[in-house]
Amino acid sequence: MFLAQVLGPVVTPVQIPFLEGRTLLLLRTVTPDGARTGRTRVAIDHAGAGVGDRVLVVDEGNSARGIYAAPNAPIKTVIVGVVDYVETDAGRVYDHRAPQPEPSLRA
Amino acid sequence: MYLAQVTGRVVATEKYPGLEGVALQWIQPLDEDGAPMGAPLVATAVVGTGPGDFVNVVDGREAALACPETFVPVDAAIIGFVEQAWSEERRVRPAARPREDRG
Repeated sequence: MFLAQVLGPVVTPVQIPFLEGRTLLLLRTVTPDGARTGRTRVAIDHAGAGVGDRVLVVDEGNSARGIYAAPNAPIKTVIVGVVDYVETDAGRVYDHRAPQPEPSLRA
Repeated sequence: MYLAQVTGRVVATEKYPGLEGVALQWIQPLDEDGAPMGAPLVATAVVGTGPGDFVNVVDGREAALACPETFVPVDAAIIGFVEQAWSEERRVRPAARPREDRG
């Protein structure tokens, strides 16, 4: 599993039947303190996550198919939790309740 | 799963049994800015996509599950056509512009 920041929605009007009606979100994978790791992923939301949330993501097919009890679904990346806080030996490096910077308003 | 842009088509007449009729397309994975992320690769197209399209790709064992015959040697599959993707209130657009000819 990995940690990620939710960047926004992904809209796919034409897709495999399993994904119909499910929410896809664009993710920036991050280290515990929030630094970008360079990988961008698309995941199915199974935790009610929103833009800006730090989330826990499973990126393994058997686990993903287990979540949906769909043994033949071609899915792999699923958001399975919204992170409250992260502690490392450097202390609390992320806290959901800490004030977040205002998102910039870009056109 | 990740975003990618279809940049070409691959035609192979002789293929592993079970892959007959499955389109192969050359794709470039993209990051949150629409810039190339890693090396380009070949993926099977199970939805109707073509060169220039912005797509959602699944890799690994799951790619074969997306194909009509599910026990085939495939490790990447295009499973969706992306109309819009958003990254922190910005629209994600593929950095490489699609080719004019779609032949």
